[in-house]
Amino acid sequence: MHAAERPAPALIRIRNLAKSYRRGGQVVPVLTDITLDVRAGDFLGLMGPSGSGKSTLLNLIAGIDKPDAGEILFDGVDITRLGERELADWRAGTVGFVFQFYNLMPVLTAYENVELPLTLTRLSRRERRAHVEAALALVGLSERMAHYPAELSGGQQQRVAIARAIISDPRLIVADEPTGDLDRHSAAEVLALMDRLNTDLGKTIVMVTHDRRAAERAHAIMYLDKGELSTAADVHERSVR
Amino acid sequence: MQFAKLVLRNALRHKLRTALTVLGLVVAIASFGLLQTVVGAWYAGAESAAPTRLVTRNAVSLVFPLPLGYRDKIRSVDGVRSVSYANWFAGIYQDPKNFFPQLAVEPRTYFDMYRDYLVPADDFAAFLRDRKGAVIGRKLADTHRLKVGDVMPLRGTIYPGTWEFTIRAIYDGAEQKTDTSQMFFHWDYLNETVKKRGRGRADQVGIYLVDVTDADRAAEVSQAIDALFRNSLAETLTETERAFQIGFVKQTEALVVAIRIVSYVVIAIILAVMANTMAMTARERLAEYATLKALGFSPAFVAALIFGESLAIAAVGAAAGIALTFPVGDWFAQRVGTLIPVFEVSAQTVALQALCALAVGVAAAIIPGRRAARVRIVEGLRAVG
Ligand SMILES: Nc1ncnc2c1ncn2[C@@H]1O[C@H](COP(=O)(O)OP(=O)(O)O)[C@@H](O)[C@H]1O
Ligand SMILES: [Mg+2]
Repeated sequence: MHAAERPAPALIRIRNLAKSYRRGGQVVPVLTDITLDVRAGDFLGLMGPSGSGKSTLLNLIAGIDKPDAGEILFDGVDITRLGERELADWRAGTVGFVFQFYNLMPVLTAYENVELPLTLTRLSRRERRAHVEAALALVGLSERMAHYPAELSGGQQQRVAIARAIISDPRLIVADEPTGDLDRHSAAEVLALMDRLNTDLGKTIVMVTHDRRAAERAHAIMYLDKGELSTAADVHERSVR
Repeated sequence: MQFAKLVLRNALRHKLRTALTVLGLVVAIASFGLLQTVVGAWYAGAESAAPTRLVTRNAVSLVFPLPLGYRDKIRSVDGVRSVSYANWFAGIYQDPKNFFPQLAVEPRTYFDMYRDYLVPADDFAAFLRDRKGAVIGRKLADTHRLKVGDVMPLRGTIYPGTWEFTIRAIYDGAEQKTDTSQMFFHWDYLNETVKKRGRGRADQVGIYLVDVTDADRAAEVSQAIDALFRNSLAETLTETERAFQIGFVKQTEALVVAIRIVSYVVIAIILAVMANTMAMTARERLAEYATLKALGFSPAFVAALIFGESLAIAAVGAAAGIALTFPVGDWFAQRVGTLIPVFEVSAQTVALQALCALAVGVAAAIIPGRRAARVRIVEGLRAVG
């Protein structure tokens, strides 16, 4: 590959990232020295045993947690140095979230849940409607717009969450075990959707998963164990100790 | 828009919990209003006192009278427009619990001074003609279903024996806060009877009521009156009617203070209930608040959701509580009859009720609101699993 000569610039450059938790006066290191590049358009799967720090790493990348050391450059901006307000704005414009338990607002309909991030923008109600309808059509839930989360199956809820994740057209989608709570069939639907977000919409995706089948969708898989990253067979990334 | 939707739907999420909280608020706000109204009623006499009116009484104590002869001397003081006088009768109508004030007055000067007692002219003339006649207030008439022409027997306490009066007129109040629970009859009739029965002292006056020409001169005139009788057998104490009334209220002030404290204790209790509800609510929703923050919503937005919900509940409770105060107040007023002459839920009380509800709504949301606003996103999200 000619990429060796002129590597595509990384969208996310993680350098020497470290994070530990304090538990009862004891410091428990979770991530020790993570260095990783994610290029624009990548679909990266993060695997590893439970408690290995996958969620911790994902949360740092998504800008909802702060590391103890190291940097995370997103498109050249070190997000670890942003203040709370700036980081919130950055997330609103840049990151789409997909959670294991969907995290929809139970009091809002599917439509309103998807619309929620757009209320932070200057879009008119009309424009918002067009976006929300398109996003719900994309996830195949046009017929379910007026339903509340409790009236939807887990798979449908996760698809609503995916529509919410892409509504403000973020460059990065982070997904923490998005199929972890779903049956086979729903999981397959959700994974197919994630794949489309990556291939059709060009979204960069970082997805934590336990699931082999889920991992197959990713173009690259990294393993996290004992605070360190290692590459799998068919990955483009390199891991640095 | 989305904000209001979230607030209102969140408030209705646990219908029973919200309903019970609102119910508590309704009871608390209504009780607070009633207790405040009772306190207000206590001061009603003082509040309705005219600034130009003075009361001259025996300096030693109200139980000692003053000679009738003081009348003309007081009238001669510069700045005095008119003088009237009254004796407290303290009779019992049927049953001691039927308390209402009975005053033997000099009718012409008295009703000339108390212009807010509206007496029909014909009836008043009939009253003047009948020395055993009486004028009673509308509330008193309604309480005991009395009408003009009825005979009203009183059992005397200060003035022993049975006294029979014929109701010749019923007065209405010029204002809502005018006391219409009183009974008036002729001072002359009282005096003659005392003379005739040969018991007690005749020609003795309980208090003098003095109308001054200028409210600004009230203090000066008071001093002049008291100076007149210094070193006499019956020295006088003259003060404004307002001060005189407050002096009465002072005797029962401990009770009024207790009622006032209880009214705020009620508010404190509902605040505790409400704060507990909001804390419970916010704790359950930490994951949602964390999600909102992850999506880019500010801590202030999250806090505002909780404040909004708390205020919405408080507003509904306050509105219903205030609305309930009026019918319950009417019922209460009927029950206590003439014991509390003026029982009116004032605009000030309603404002105070609204203010208390607002304070409860805000205060209940402070701790949960701060907690939700400050929750670390990753901690909040972990609360889901
Ligand atoms: N807030 C926290 N406080 C203390 N320990 C934590 C906290 N969050 C995560 N951990 C610990 O850090 C380790 C990694 O957690 P996590 O990133 O959630 O792992 P994974 O997602 O791979 O299962 C675990 O041992 C977990 O118990
Ligand atoms: Mg995890």
